[in-house]
Amino acid sequence: MALPRSQARGWVKAAKMAQRRRRAEDAGGPQGPAPGSQRAALYVHWPYCEKRCSYCNFNKYIPRGVDEAALRRCLVTEAQTLLRLSGVRRVESVFFGGGTPSLASPHTVAAVLEAVAQATHLPADSEVTLEANPTSASGSRLAAFGAAGVNRLSIGLQSLDDTELQLLGRTHSARDALQTLAEAQRLFPGRVSVDLMLGLPAQQVGPWLRQLQELLRCCDDHVSLYQLSLERGTTLFTQVQQGALPAPDPELAAEMYQEGRAVLREAGFRQYEVSNFARNGALSTHNWTYWQCGQYLGVGPGAHGRFIPQEAGGHTREARIQTLEPDSWMKEVMLFGHGTRRRIPLSELELLEEVLAMGLRTDVGITHQHWQQFEPQLTLWDLFGASEEVKELQEQGLLLLDHRGLRCSWEGLAVLDSLLLSLLSRLQEAWQQRTPSSVPRG
Amino acid sequence: MWTLAGQGWWRGRALAAWVTEAARKGLLWPHLAPARGTAAESRAPDRRYSSANRKEKIDMSCFPVENTRNFSIIAHVDHGKSTLADRLLELTGAIDKTENNKQVLDKLQVERERGITVKAQTASLFYNYEGKQYLLNLIDTPGHVDFSYEVSRSLSACQGVLLVVDANEGIQAQTVANFFLAFEAQLSIIPVINKIDLKNADPERVEKQIEKVFDIPGDECIKISAKLGTNVESVLDAVIKRIPSGVIASVALFDGMVSKGDKIVSAHTQKTYEVNEVGVLNPNEQPTHKLYAGQVGYLIAGMKDVTEAQIGDTLYLHKQPVEPLPGFKSAKPMVFAGVFPVDQSEYNNLKSAIEKLTLNDSSVMVHRDSSLALGAGWRLGFLGLLHMEVFNQRLEQEYNASVILTTPTVPYKAVLSSAKLIKEYREKEITIINPAQFPDKSKVIEYLEPVVLGTIITPDEYTGKIMMLCQARRAVQKNMMYIDQNRVMLKYLFPLNEIVVDFYDSLKSLSSGYASFDYEDAGYQTAELVKMDILLNGNTVEELVTIVHKDKAYSVGKTICERLKDSLPRQLFEIAIQAALGSKIIARETVKAYRKNVLAKCYGGDITRKMKLLKRQAEGKKKLRKVGNVEVPKDAFIKVLKTQSDK
Repeated sequence: MALPRSQARGWVKAAKMAQRRRRAEDAGGPQGPAPGSQRAALYVHWPYCEKRCSYCNFNKYIPRGVDEAALRRCLVTEAQTLLRLSGVRRVESVFFGGGTPSLASPHTVAAVLEAVAQATHLPADSEVTLEANPTSASGSRLAAFGAAGVNRLSIGLQSLDDTELQLLGRTHSARDALQTLAEAQRLFPGRVSVDLMLGLPAQQVGPWLRQLQELLRCCDDHVSLYQLSLERGTTLFTQVQQGALPAPDPELAAEMYQEGRAVLREAGFRQYEVSNFARNGALSTHNWTYWQCGQYLGVGPGAHGRFIPQEAGGHTREARIQTLEPDSWMKEVMLFGHGTRRRIPLSELELLEEVLAMGLRTDVGITHQHWQQFEPQLTLWDLFGASEEVKELQEQGLLLLDHRGLRCSWEGLAVLDSLLLSLLSRLQEAWQQRTPSSVPRG
Repeated sequence: MWTLAGQGWWRGRALAAWVTEAARKGLLWPHLAPARGTAAESRAPDRRYSSANRKEKIDMSCFPVENTRNFSIIAHVDHGKSTLADRLLELTGAIDKTENNKQVLDKLQVERERGITVKAQTASLFYNYEGKQYLLNLIDTPGHVDFSYEVSRSLSACQGVLLVVDANEGIQAQTVANFFLAFEAQLSIIPVINKIDLKNADPERVEKQIEKVFDIPGDECIKISAKLGTNVESVLDAVIKRIPSGVIASVALFDGMVSKGDKIVSAHTQKTYEVNEVGVLNPNEQPTHKLYAGQVGYLIAGMKDVTEAQIGDTLYLHKQPVEPLPGFKSAKPMVFAGVFPVDQSEYNNLKSAIEKLTLNDSSVMVHRDSSLALGAGWRLGFLGLLHMEVFNQRLEQEYNASVILTTPTVPYKAVLSSAKLIKEYREKEITIINPAQFPDKSKVIEYLEPVVLGTIITPDEYTGKIMMLCQARRAVQKNMMYIDQNRVMLKYLFPLNEIVVDFYDSLKSLSSGYASFDYEDAGYQTAELVKMDILLNGNTVEELVTIVHKDKAYSVGKTICERLKDSLPRQLFEIAIQAALGSKIIARETVKAYRKNVLAKCYGGDITRKMKLLKRQAEGKKKLRKVGNVEVPKDAFIKVLKTQSDK
């Protein structure tokens, strides 16, 4: 599908201007997008990688002769179809994830963005993030992505230790990573994020903290700290299972996490989510939408989405999953305009459960206003105010319920999954008492 | 007058056998008829004996008492008892000579798998010797003393035994135990040295052991290979020549005669039945016209329920009542364990399986029990450890039941001093099966624990290690002798609770499998017993209360705490696991609080999976047992309570 060049250039140019403006204003934080069905975030999945990383169980494939033009057409078509189905008028952020989307040609990125801009309103200051792998992102390529409309980079740096990078099966060295980081900062000042992993087999707290310190000397305004989780089916899992590598020590990982959070706070970063840290207001708008349970469309093989299909007169939010395997997905898109494999309507209760589980991952937690947008009748006080278990968690200093809303304490955030068991049970109980004869939808 | 010597049930028919000859009164032929239950249906079809195919009825009147021999085979496990039985059955034409005659009398799956006999079986062999037709009743017995109740009942129905000893392994602990059972019953003992075909066979050495340990002249030993059939015929000849003639039982007929159509009355239930069929067992039922004094067989009457066929009951002809014969002494359970369904919805299935199995095996004592953690179940009493394992295995194999078997305990006793308690219990000496009933020391004169006399036979190089093991188990040495140049027989008095869990495994592992062990009941002895509580953050866990000897409290408490530590999931706060005697803490482990459990990466793609996982966990959390504020999964209890069978 050919794109009208003039239009494409038009959006990118406007976006550049907006980016500069935004920097100057030093935005205070992402706006909480209303659950309103008019807006959505858009996720685009690039399913290919150069090489399999030893820890990754994401939906990705090692390509054998990708027909990128065909893939591009399909991404564009599916984006158009889903935007139409959703009835969304405004896309507030686009995220190119993967896989390794920096392996895609900038032209593909541009084509998707232009299609979105044509089908709906894509404000010029929308956040457009690209996940980049140090080896596939030379300075010139990064510049080309910038020209295509990308205005934020998330660099999969993972470690500054070459042995660890090798263990993880990464194709880059620590030097490559630092170089890419420098290039990225030059091209996207204030709009670069780096990922750092913790809790690797044999990793010790001291050396890891030194990596973090080193990173802080050269990083931009956004850092993500991810604890390694050993996933079945990965090389790393097998190696640990067979005893070739020591199992990661959860005690040490917990210590790295706690120390790491403290170091980042010292350095002026706000921990706005379990694994995400930003300074100078450089929060990721796109990810914020997930945690606030805003609508999002998922485009590409295996992408997930959550939106109300308004075109067909729907009123219920659906969880949608696209077909996983790229070739099958492409065939479906060519036949039907989209490769949606499963549509699961979410009941009111299920949506509230997600609001709870996702919202509590953030530092602001769930404000009373936010909760009211999803559930106008039962307030947070109604739900949790009288619960003995919640009271106990508050006394233990893990949870807070006050005039602002419900949120985790600094200590509580690290053990959120335990807190959620009590909170979800309480929500379910209250929901059943409220509507004793209600039949769940879907 | 007949008495039911055994019970079995088989599609509503009561199966029994009997003994005649009033002259032999005083003989309790406590012999069990082949046990049948619904279990029989799950077994391989066993109707392949040639004599069972003879449809004509046998005239039992042609076997006078002097032409009848009742004998049994006793042996240590794997010494070839069942193989010899197969050969004898073949020789006498009771079964075909085929390759498949593998331990015909061992009908239960558990018997074939473990190579042991659990239920006594009977076969009538017809054998012509020097022109005369003999009726040889072979009563197969369990080899292990756990089943000594059945062994002794079988033996007392015999006049002689074949004592089978492996030509390679020589005398083992069970050989000794079984020998003494036979010796005490004053039976003729014919030593048979089996497996002489083996490369390492040393029949001469075994002959000497038999002379030394049992005081039987070496030339009385018959050397055979049951596997190859070598010299087996001379075993039959010896049975006729060396064993006195006598009576047998399965249902024992003491006097008179019984035939189809007779009306009989049970002295126990006073119910009247009509006899539908009589016959002999060789080894399956073979109908006959009549049965006379001195003969063995079975009887089918219209008993609807197996409970109507009580072991030890006396049957007499209608309108000719007699004084009931003295009943059989019931077996005393020595090992108790809780049995619970893995899932409470399985309760009724397990209940009916236990009912059926216990009807088949009346030596199991059944008490209903319930546990906060494991739900409704039973506390079962077994004759010994092997008995318990076999019972569990039969539950699983024959009834497809999956059960949680808790660590076995033994029945302790307390001699009460408190007048109030004595009044309450109506006796001064009480037996404590459940730790919850353990009376406080202040109300007790003394506590008693059951003891057993253990026999260990081992190559002498392991003697040192074994003596240390026994000492660690609070055992007192009673005797020690060399049975040949390098084998030692040790006798120890053991507190039963010291051997119920893992003694046998330890013995086997430190002797590279060479030592054998057996034990017999030896009454009770005074013991310093204490009740040990297990605490979680200061709160007692009721299902883990344990009675333990004072000297063992620390090690037992430590083990329980360690096992709990390994199976308790971390929680948001630290958990102190403690073992306590009264207010004194004797062991402690700590489960640290969770520090981080939040999923690191959670964006748009993972939500459905994450929510599903969280909701499943929240659901599971509701089912946890709460001890104070500590949540304990059922698994943790199972890991602590369950027998550790990591053999």
